[in-house]
Amino acid sequence: MRIESRDQFEALRKQSLEIETNRKQQVLVCCGTGCLASGSKEVAEAFADEIAKRSIDATVDLFVKSTGCHGFCERGPLVVLNPQGILYTKVKAGRVEEIVEKTLVGGEVIPGLLYKDPVSGERVEQYEEVPFYRHQVRVAMRNIGRIDPTDILDAIAQGSYSGVAKVLFEMSPHEVIGEVATSGQRGRGGAGFNTARKWQSCKDAPGERCYVLCNGDEGDPGAFKDRSIMEGDPHSVLEGMIIGAYAVQANEGWIYVRDEYPLAVVNLTIAIREARKYGLLGENIMGSGFDFDIKISRGGGAFVCGESSALMRSLEGKTGEPRAKYVHSTDKGLFDLPTVLNNVETWAGIGAIIERGGAWFASMGTERSKGTKAFSLVGKVKNTGLIELPMGTTLRHIIYDIGGGILKDRPFKAVQTGGPSGGCVPEELLDLPVDYEELTEAGSMMGSGGMIVMDDRTCMVDVSRFFLAFLEEESCGKCTPCREGLKQMLHVYGRIIAGKGQAGDLELIEKLAAGMQLGSLCELGKSAPNPVLSTLRYFRSEYEAHISDHACPAGVCRELTAFEIVEDGCDGCHLCYKACPVDAITGVVKELHVIDHEACISCGACLDVCPTDTIRTFPKHELEKAEVV
Amino acid sequence: MPTLKVNGRRVTVDSDATLLDAARAAGVEVPTLCQFDGLEPWGGCRLCVVDMSQANWDDDWFKVVTACNHPVDEGMTVITDSDRIIETRRVVLDLLLARCPDTPLIQQWALEYGIEQTSYTPNPDPDDCILCGLCTRVCDHIGVSAISSINRGWGREIAPPFNQPPPDCIGCLACAEICPTDCIPFETSNVRRKIWGKEFEMLRDPKTGEAVITKEQAEHFAERSGVPMTYFETSDRSKRREMAKTFEKLQVVK
Repeated sequence: MRIESRDQFEALRKQSLEIETNRKQQVLVCCGTGCLASGSKEVAEAFADEIAKRSIDATVDLFVKSTGCHGFCERGPLVVLNPQGILYTKVKAGRVEEIVEKTLVGGEVIPGLLYKDPVSGERVEQYEEVPFYRHQVRVAMRNIGRIDPTDILDAIAQGSYSGVAKVLFEMSPHEVIGEVATSGQRGRGGAGFNTARKWQSCKDAPGERCYVLCNGDEGDPGAFKDRSIMEGDPHSVLEGMIIGAYAVQANEGWIYVRDEYPLAVVNLTIAIREARKYGLLGENIMGSGFDFDIKISRGGGAFVCGESSALMRSLEGKTGEPRAKYVHSTDKGLFDLPTVLNNVETWAGIGAIIERGGAWFASMGTERSKGTKAFSLVGKVKNTGLIELPMGTTLRHIIYDIGGGILKDRPFKAVQTGGPSGGCVPEELLDLPVDYEELTEAGSMMGSGGMIVMDDRTCMVDVSRFFLAFLEEESCGKCTPCREGLKQMLHVYGRIIAGKGQAGDLELIEKLAAGMQLGSLCELGKSAPNPVLSTLRYFRSEYEAHISDHACPAGVCRELTAFEIVEDGCDGCHLCYKACPVDAITGVVKELHVIDHEACISCGACLDVCPTDTIRTFPKHELEKAEVV
Repeated sequence: MPTLKVNGRRVTVDSDATLLDAARAAGVEVPTLCQFDGLEPWGGCRLCVVDMSQANWDDDWFKVVTACNHPVDEGMTVITDSDRIIETRRVVLDLLLARCPDTPLIQQWALEYGIEQTSYTPNPDPDDCILCGLCTRVCDHIGVSAISSINRGWGREIAPPFNQPPPDCIGCLACAEICPTDCIPFETSNVRRKIWGKEFEMLRDPKTGEAVITKEQAEHFAERSGVPMTYFETSDRSKRREMAKTFEKLQVVK
């Protein structure tokens, strides 16, 4: 079983590929966290039951594979039928028998299960033709959805660990770093540091040993790309780490995984165990003489542990707090020894770079940001999910062509990129090509690759407060500007949102933001003012309306907003009546409904359900004026 | 030994010196709250920020760093009083004044930077702890680690484990002594000592009867140093007497 030479590896790969190609009928069931929550496990089991039944009459040679996340979580559970290439969306276990009977036995497509394009309204049969997938270019996510993450032979059949064989038997560590340098790949964790340069620094640093680490502590609200990679293709991460370890000549590595990612922990554990069993990890990998092993460390639940110095402290068993990084971790990192720490997505791309060449990777993307990037597309967009695209793709293309546009076709307002400390990019910058520099110039950042799309029903003051509140909760409290600054920033936001903002509040926020940017110890505090400053830059009038007019233009801030039903639009559908949590709406079916302002808590539930768009918001203080009159 | 410029003054320091050492050597004052000679720099209070430019950087390119833990390098330029540095320190002090509005140390520093009253919302329930971390760091340094910081963010505080009298505490009072705002309460008498809710019995000098040290502290030091317990139980006065006796016995050789 243990691979002792390159020939043995190639033989195993060939054999695995043959098994794979000989499977006449494959059913791929997405078992990523998103689809699992929608019941995909039951779907996979139902297919397995069908196999058991069908094997008696042997009409279909069926093979069911539970794969990682296909990305299109919005439409889950997803089922792909190969070789037909058919994608079925929102599949329930109850329909499995029908799928087997009609499509697999009868060769007939079930239109109701196909994806319906929200733009054209047409049903799309082929997986590859669905706009959500058609525009994507997958590098880090190349095998996700295609392989069973718990089956190492399936991964090997698709090319996993071929890069390891290549570097161990054909390349010197120097050549490996050279190839990665040609690719121009930069860190996918957000800061965008050049991968090859990081490796080279570590290799050059004096020290008796060195380490390679993988940062899987993804914690941004709305980001799930690293989770999906670790769950769906843990082998790509291991492969990248083995190659990196060979390049810097490290023998030990750790994957620091967020403990709230149980499936990622399970799949990585299985992958490591399998890789060790086949001699792809541990001593004398593939008989090459190179030793390298990986351990998993489960994070303790602090967001700041995703910061490199805090992550290393946490791995050492100390309190996960950042420390000043005037000495690079490539010189003095884990246990004060030279350390390479890369993000999950960075590691996942390495195998492909080695296999297909750095020049191939560098042929995609922009001048300064090469290759592809994974994004978690969420918020008020029709097709939410996980996508991977060449750098330099415009926001408009991402949101409208892949995301299918804004929910209910409402107007677009802003997109928040880069996680809680990213910024909000407004409509006038929709044609911005997404790369590290362009986003930074726009006052935002690449960060974790999170993209939260917002429509006109979003108050930018409220949104900024949300991100500040998240960061305030996650600040470790070691340094003054971050610990005290976020708290005080929230105080000011609290009064602005309550309509009690004062003249000078915006200047106070700006002064504090500058102090935090310059004074904070780590990137959490330094970048925490980003959402504040970017919304002040693009949506300042909205802040001013809150302060001087005591009005929330988006009609979101509860203390400033009142609701009413427009007389001639209401058709008495009664939906708002049912939605109101405090029974503030009166009216009978097919007659005009009325909101009782006294009882209304301004939650907006009625507006969200109104099919005729006849509920309008207005500043609360107009109510008081009306009373006076 | 690298030579660098601090506010235009040339100064040569040891290669393992920090920017703070260099500034002090150049006679330039840099304010600090969490720095203490002999303890590893921590970089938490952020009051010692300075503008720094490496020799090979563009002339007008400066980076804001903390002086207490940044290493020196040949040809560096350090500026401790640029507008943005003063402004950043002002924000830090303004924020600390909101947390500790009644603490004299913070009031004085704030006043020095022109702040009489905080611009922010004052802490409704203030104490004098500025979370400089000196107490926990000195405790770690002594090898005890009886107290640590708990919670995170604004709710961070210094406490013994589970807010119970800390089993590891040796009653040495180093935390209370090092505290720049004297906010760690303790009681000590000739018989008993109490800190962090833990009571200690004092070891007394067998000859003079003076209280010298807690039993736990003597044991901790004896174990770490290999010096016998009796040394720690002896008061300074007794030690001097012993030495005087030794001298009396000495014969002067002519």
